[in-house]
Amino acid sequence: MYTDLIIEKLKVKFSSGILEIITKNQKRMIITIMPDSIINVAGYLYKTEGFRFIIASALHTKRGFEIHYHFSKDTIGMVLNIHVILDKDNPQIESLSNMFNASNWIEREMHELFGINFLNHPNQEKLLSEGNWAEGVYPLRKEFK
Amino acid sequence: MSKKTLIPIGPYHPLQEEPELFKLYCDGEIVKDIKWETGYNHRGIEKLSESKTYEQVFFLVERICGICSTSHPFAFANAVEEIADIELTNRAKYIRSIIGELERIHSHLLWVGLAGHFLGYNTVFMWAWKYREPVLDLFEMISGNRNSYAMFKVGGVRRDIENTKIPVIRQVLGDVKKKIDLLAGAVMDDPVIHARTKGVGILTRQDIIDYGAVGPTARASGLAIDVRKDDPYAAYPLVNWKVITAEAGDVFAKAEVRLLEMYESISIIEQCLEGLKKEKEGDIAIKVKEIPEGIGNGRAEAPRGEVFHFVQSDGSNSPARHKIRAPSYVNIATFKKSCIGQTIADATISLAAVDPCYCCTERMAAAYDLNSGDKIMNANELINASVKRTNEIKKTINSQL
Repeated sequence: MYTDLIIEKLKVKFSSGILEIITKNQKRMIITIMPDSIINVAGYLYKTEGFRFIIASALHTKRGFEIHYHFSKDTIGMVLNIHVILDKDNPQIESLSNMFNASNWIEREMHELFGINFLNHPNQEKLLSEGNWAEGVYPLRKEFK
Repeated sequence: MSKKTLIPIGPYHPLQEEPELFKLYCDGEIVKDIKWETGYNHRGIEKLSESKTYEQVFFLVERICGICSTSHPFAFANAVEEIADIELTNRAKYIRSIIGELERIHSHLLWVGLAGHFLGYNTVFMWAWKYREPVLDLFEMISGNRNSYAMFKVGGVRRDIENTKIPVIRQVLGDVKKKIDLLAGAVMDDPVIHARTKGVGILTRQDIIDYGAVGPTARASGLAIDVRKDDPYAAYPLVNWKVITAEAGDVFAKAEVRLLEMYESISIIEQCLEGLKKEKEGDIAIKVKEIPEGIGNGRAEAPRGEVFHFVQSDGSNSPARHKIRAPSYVNIATFKKSCIGQTIADATISLAAVDPCYCCTERMAAAYDLNSGDKIMNANELINASVKRTNEIKKTINSQL
């Protein structure tokens, strides 16, 4: 099956970057990777394997900031979540927007709502509030006791 | 460098009557650059969802979009059912698909009408919206509402389509099909529509891949992606139908894809109605006790493209995180490719060609203090400021008396 094949290929190529692989079924996978290998993994999926970038979901949890990058392999209906865990105090990760435009808006949105910094983003302006929002206030951040 | 003129479309669209602001930077009549500004109406639905129970979230997400109001509950149900590993009864699957496809028909008719309106061809607008009415009446018969049908819940649907209603639905679909024939003939053969839409707002296959565009926008550029086929859900794997594509990528191709898709929708509904007859009446939902901890990626093909819902459950009765991606979010972004280099008149129809749903994408409103410049006012502060100002005005008026 393609699922096993793609896991095998990712393991060979990015063995040091992969932290955990969860296969829920043949169409849903979550792969946790080191944040610094996001460019290589996303580039491989997009350029070589023909995955489509759906969207990214940021989460604020006790572990810090997490991002699920959702990729779709449309020919077999697979949704592959590339999962990264970022630093609590200084969340930052390399931007994917130089590779494809699909991530441009969502990275701006995550920057605005969670305060995650996307390095080398072509234009990290605010997307939703157009400057009508106070600096340093991130609406979707949570407070943990 | 030549001087550019700024032509705004918005902040409230004059034709679509929805909040959006496109800034067209023009040199003469040619659009040289385009910027999109949001910031008119943010509803904070993702955050709001975290405070609602799974049952309540259906009503919330239904209100994201007034036109395709079942596509968000559809994707959310798929996400939650993935977490809880729920298999629906066949009757529930058929009913879900029937609702989804009826919605596609009325949404596509609405777009065809609006496209005519944009081109100044108001006859098409009036026809299309007139023929859309019987479909809305069907919704009223099935669910009690013309829009926001409240049909979905975790584990099935809320209302049955009784077998006695099947002949009525068939009758209306037959009539609608004849009207679509008429409309398709009028649109496809009209030389004015050809002149206004062919070769306008072209999106190449590579543009679609780069921007991750979905739905009829992608299919009109030759990319056969459709969640109903690729990642089948509800009753779509149980019926026969085909994905409609076109190659040109211009506005005409998008109209063609939508018109032909309506025939496929009618065919899907007819097969589903046939399937309904074989299933036991009333067998529409299974009981779901609780949603376990986990992550769900739910997808559904809305009339405008793939709707994506990401739900993280912590085992409680409400989502811990709920991310929503409406198809317009990726489709509107393609305007940088489709509008630049066009005339202003062509840019407006190119913007409309992706069937943008601003209420899915426009999502922000904020009040800020003009004096300090950065502080966000809460509701009480806003009221106090208003009272203060009123008192000041009163004082001025009284002093003048």
